[in-house]
Amino acid sequence: MSSSRRSTIIVEHLRRQQMREAISNSKRLDGRDLDEMRPLEIELGIIGKADGSSRVRLGNSEVVAGVKVETGEPFEGLENKGALILSAEVLPTASPYIEPGPPDEETIELARVVDRGVRESEMVDLDKLALIPGKVVYTIFVDCSIINYDGNLFDASSYAVVSALMSSKLPVFEVQEGEAVVNTGKKMDPPLTTIPVSITAVKIGDSVILDPTAEEEACMDARITITTNSEGKFAALQKGSTGSFTIEQIKRAAEIARIKGEEVRTKIKELTNNGH
Amino acid sequence: MVQTRSLIDEQGLRTDGRTTDELRNVKIQVGIVKNADGSAYIEFGKNRIIAAVYGPREVHPKHMAQPDRCVLRCRYHMSPFSTDTRKNPAPSRREVEISKVMREALEPAVMLEDYPRAAIDVFVEVLQADGGSRCAGITAASVALADAGINMRDIVSACAAGKVDGKIVLDINDVEDKEGSADMPLAYLPHLERVTLLQLDGILNQEEFNECLDKALQGCKMIYEIQRKALIQKYFGDEQELKEES
Repeated sequence: MSSSRRSTIIVEHLRRQQMREAISNSKRLDGRDLDEMRPLEIELGIIGKADGSSRVRLGNSEVVAGVKVETGEPFEGLENKGALILSAEVLPTASPYIEPGPPDEETIELARVVDRGVRESEMVDLDKLALIPGKVVYTIFVDCSIINYDGNLFDASSYAVVSALMSSKLPVFEVQEGEAVVNTGKKMDPPLTTIPVSITAVKIGDSVILDPTAEEEACMDARITITTNSEGKFAALQKGSTGSFTIEQIKRAAEIARIKGEEVRTKIKELTNNGH
Repeated sequence: MVQTRSLIDEQGLRTDGRTTDELRNVKIQVGIVKNADGSAYIEFGKNRIIAAVYGPREVHPKHMAQPDRCVLRCRYHMSPFSTDTRKNPAPSRREVEISKVMREALEPAVMLEDYPRAAIDVFVEVLQADGGSRCAGITAASVALADAGINMRDIVSACAAGKVDGKIVLDINDVEDKEGSADMPLAYLPHLERVTLLQLDGILNQEEFNECLDKALQGCKMIYEIQRKALIQKYFGDEQELKEES
């Protein structure tokens, strides 16, 4: 309920005015077009001890995601499915305004929105990850650490999670004599079905811009994050912040998310060398 | 989200006998928590939810106070007995997120600048949950805010739509939420025509997306009428209601 990354960043009144004026003339302070994303860089396999990892830079926002695979009990009601657990932490390295401590509501929302995109698109085919139904299943942890914050953590974290999963190799567990689960030492590709891509748009004044910087987020009225799958269908959506949208703005944002999402998807495929 | 049985029968009726355009039974009572500055109780299908508003009042801790406006704080909480298996009473990550989106759904309607240095606290307690509890909670909370006499630009009406058995339906219930293929909660300012909460879980194509959005919007307009009647009932009684209808 209290302080957060966004509300503690102070943008001077004149700068704020300048930004709103520029945006109302279809320009941004960093020279981008309204619907232009910042350069996306993805490095894979940077953490040898993880089963999959990636470092994503979206402009100056930087996120490291790691995949760790273990065996564990299934979730209640999902006895025949593997478990997927996603977390996010905004490290105190990320900005002078962040203090170590338990996650605040913004960070909890971040992890849950990224999770929703991966889960609702059914990116990982969890049906293929049960070992002893009802008792032992694969448990896939994907943890994100935000190293540097310059806005749009939703998309940066989402791309980090997706590329870490795409490049991961899971240990192969085997069930022996119906009860003992052993690690065979072999590796396998994860059972992936689609590539979810989130696109975040924010409203400043009457304009909608993509991929906001920290400064732009500090001035935004409202935010919307829309995740599409490889077929261009919508899988998850979250409106955020205290402003509002008209129905027309939302329909338009959905269309942009579909088109831009496909561009980013092509880029992710290229950067991960995965023709999936 | 595994499809285990048919959720819409040959006549187009759903598991609880509704058509695809029908809301569950909604009943709102205003002013049921005596100590609160404003309150509302909502029955929305099997949902049983109480919303209580305290404020405008002094902010604690004081450093949270804003010199130019009021802080709106919101807590969405589920009672341990509200679900099939007992819910741990400690706030879950889901409840933290819903508290946040609920606050953001209500804030555009509240004239925060009228109460500088003050706080308004909204407490939403889910006594029984039945799918769509965040929408029912927002609906009740905005009635409670109005009941507290807080200056508002508009009321907030909330309702979900979703996809069940390949059809877009209004107001997803518990079973449809668990077994259906998509759920889209929406909160709306009916006079200002603005969306203040929107979420989506599940797969929709562009056409279905637009249809779902429009359907949820229709639901919000129906909810608005019920909210309005409940408030009139409390402040003007049955007489006024009869006059309105004639």
